[in-house]
Amino acid sequence: MNDRIRVIAVVGMILLAALVLGTTYWQAWAEGDLASKQDNAIQRVAQFTIDRGVIRAADGTVLALNRVVHVNGNTYYLRHYPTGPLAADVVGYSTEARSRAGIEQAFNDFLTASNSDLHTVLTSTLNSLEGKTIKGNSIKLTLHLGPQFLAEKALAGQCGSAVALDIPSGRVLVMATSPTYNPNLVEKHYDQIARTKAACSGPAPLLNRATAGLYAPGSTFKLVTAAAALDSGTFTPDSRFNDPGYCTEYGKPVTNFLENGGVPEKFGNVTLAQGLQFSINSVYCNIGIKLGALKILEYAKRFGFYSTPGLETPPAEQRASGLYDHGKLFYPKHDYQVDPGRLAFGQERLGVTPLQMAMVAAAIGNGGVVVQPYVVDSILKPGGGVLQATKPKTLGRAISPQTASELTTMMEAVVTGGTGTAAQIPGVLVAGKTGTAETSVPGVNTAWFVCFAPADHPRIAVAVALENQLHKTGGEVAAPIAKTLLEALLKQPTA
Amino acid sequence: MSYRNRELASLVVVGLMTGFGFASVYIARQDVVSASSLSYGIFFLCLYLAAHAVTRLTVPNADPYILPLGGLLTAIGVTEIYRINPQDALHQTIWIVIGVVAFALTLFLFRRDYRKLESYKYLCGLGAVGLLMLPALPVIGERINGARLWIHFGGFQIQPGEFAKILLIVFLAGYLREKREVLAQGRLKDLGPLLLIWGAAMLVLLETSDLGSALLYFGIFLAMTYVATGSKKYPIGGGVLFLLGSFAAYHLVGRVRERVTIWLHPWTNHFVYCSQTGKVNHLRQDCDSYQLVKSLYSIGNGHFGGTGFGKGTFTDTAGNPLIPYLKTDFIFSALAQELGLIGVAAFLLVYMVFALRGFRIGMIAEDGFSKLLAVGLTFGFVLQTFIIVGGVLRIIPLTGITLPFVSYGGSSIVANFVVLAGLLLVSDRAQARNA
Repeated sequence: MNDRIRVIAVVGMILLAALVLGTTYWQAWAEGDLASKQDNAIQRVAQFTIDRGVIRAADGTVLALNRVVHVNGNTYYLRHYPTGPLAADVVGYSTEARSRAGIEQAFNDFLTASNSDLHTVLTSTLNSLEGKTIKGNSIKLTLHLGPQFLAEKALAGQCGSAVALDIPSGRVLVMATSPTYNPNLVEKHYDQIARTKAACSGPAPLLNRATAGLYAPGSTFKLVTAAAALDSGTFTPDSRFNDPGYCTEYGKPVTNFLENGGVPEKFGNVTLAQGLQFSINSVYCNIGIKLGALKILEYAKRFGFYSTPGLETPPAEQRASGLYDHGKLFYPKHDYQVDPGRLAFGQERLGVTPLQMAMVAAAIGNGGVVVQPYVVDSILKPGGGVLQATKPKTLGRAISPQTASELTTMMEAVVTGGTGTAAQIPGVLVAGKTGTAETSVPGVNTAWFVCFAPADHPRIAVAVALENQLHKTGGEVAAPIAKTLLEALLKQPTA
Repeated sequence: MSYRNRELASLVVVGLMTGFGFASVYIARQDVVSASSLSYGIFFLCLYLAAHAVTRLTVPNADPYILPLGGLLTAIGVTEIYRINPQDALHQTIWIVIGVVAFALTLFLFRRDYRKLESYKYLCGLGAVGLLMLPALPVIGERINGARLWIHFGGFQIQPGEFAKILLIVFLAGYLREKREVLAQGRLKDLGPLLLIWGAAMLVLLETSDLGSALLYFGIFLAMTYVATGSKKYPIGGGVLFLLGSFAAYHLVGRVRERVTIWLHPWTNHFVYCSQTGKVNHLRQDCDSYQLVKSLYSIGNGHFGGTGFGKGTFTDTAGNPLIPYLKTDFIFSALAQELGLIGVAAFLLVYMVFALRGFRIGMIAEDGFSKLLAVGLTFGFVLQTFIIVGGVLRIIPLTGITLPFVSYGGSSIVANFVVLAGLLLVSDRAQARNA
């Protein structure tokens, strides 16, 4: 009988060993899968037992900190955002009810000390063995709160966005979107956020328009067209064009921007540079026809179009700029698939983010080299000391230094005596380009201004986009906001 | 060292570990737990010493390790229950005291010769069936969490199945010892009892809508039949019959089908039928498989090292529970979160060592009845552990039965202490000859 008992004992041991294996599967193999499940409330709550790292602005001002509460013998570190809506769409939120967004989401691992970096793993394991509270790493952003506040104030009530980049490094100095929201309301008063009102049909306060708002770029895209025209050697700034007030495409006239009276402007015999200065559509329409859509898009890609900007915010909060067809990025294979004339002055099916346009301006100011924008300056250990600091990274050359210099001169003319005079700053050379993109509703435009300064020694690039502007141009409404930001940022020594 | 001195030394270690466990919960949860919790360690040490005094008197030659192992499991269980809700731990402690009393009574009652039970085997068999039928009776029977397993008895909830299991094992040990030669021949007419028991197990399944108990009874039956007859036909044939029965139950019993569906597809990304609302309006993880999924999240949150006793996440930040039936069906998920993989592996190792001691008792026992009794009790213990923990770990469909010695619940605790006493009695008799 004993040999049979042995068989049963082996069966019993196999059953119990299966339990050890099963536990190993869920705790060592599938735990990541479980942790990422949407309905895993334990995971969300458990993270509140960690003393989450704070998030700071460039000057050290705290944007996100913890409120310590004790419930039933548990200590929870719940998030509080002392500056409220300031930079909310970048910082995001960390809540129990609606999970996380923004930097709070993208850097959750670092903020909760669950990143795989050796130092962090060691300290948090030791802490947990000692029964101490695990402390997260803190994060310092590149945002400058003074100008950020000015930008949000200027945008208040409207729908739009403003982005400012430090040209040599790619640091994001300002990233404002409007309407924004108060992250302190997300947990318990989300309905108030949902009711936010602003001067557009879909206010969507949780949408970071700077990185995920897709707008027709209008005439600001002429910078890309001009870059392609000059850099490819097909045209020079002095190439001459005759402007009868329209350009002919597919046998039909494409008119210039309509003045308030509904009459298209006519400029007659002009140069390519003057076409930019006065934003003459027919000139760029003809350049587009000559270059072909694929050539223009090739240059657009060099500036970063067709790829997400690679900012540190969650990928889901960023969109790539480019041609969109039925909500999806459209990759034309042949010139005939795209209307080159309308593409050249930024209409067609272009959807462009304010961050992308700021990158275009920054690249021109940077002598043609595109720099990776970044918003996280550094990650700091709980006890102080830098865990990792972001190093500026170039993405490649979009245009030659000569093309960049020619474009800069042309953009200076836009501000000194063209469509962008509202951006003039006494004593500072500003290079800019206006845009007034038509929308599906006649008379309602998206107003743009992209610029950089000082033009002779570029430091700051700015892009401003305003939605839903009735009969207002980029030069009238967007350029003054860009000017305010430039002035504020140029005063700061660190920027 | 003599058997009993080894037992005493081990029990002192278990008592100390219990003290550490409660101290750890106290340190982690000082806000809600009073320092008096530390007296639990002393209380359990005293309780174990009392149990030890009984074994010294009644079964001096019995196995020295299974009482400390059972005591350790009981202590782990009550510590975790204490961490979840101190009030429940008090109730559980009262039940443990009753369990130790039942343990002592069993030892005193059968210290001369437990084998006299063999002559009462049919009475035991009838008793088992009677107990199993109790929850189906009106008035006293009660359906909790969908299964009809409980009876009400003056303010107490009792799960007669826990005791029916022991009586069934006693019956089988006596019956199989008597009929083993006949059964070994495997003639069709001798298969009668097998089919009868199979039918009874299936009836229990249908009556209580409880796949787990049916699997438990039937598994014990097959293992004991195999040990008695040495014929592989029984476990194989029985296994096939059980599968056929389960297949039929899957198609005939809605609740069984629901359990299997939850097991196979706990997560959906589209709305499915929800048995609570009766409509197709929930993701399965938000409705039918809610319990299983929340428990898996709890296990996953334990990782390698666990959160530590008292530091697991069982409630949301407002204090509402996140895992249902935590102290009963899902006590393993609570332990897995707080002890982590390392702790759970050690915890399961305790079950393994307990089982190995049990099987060893079966091997050294001299007569067939004793062998079958020890194997039946031990395998029942193992299989019950496998069914509940395997269900929680999604190895098999989840059915709510208790985790021996650990889950919150009086019947289970008392029954397991009786099992423990039974194993001690068998081992005492076997080793007394050699001593």
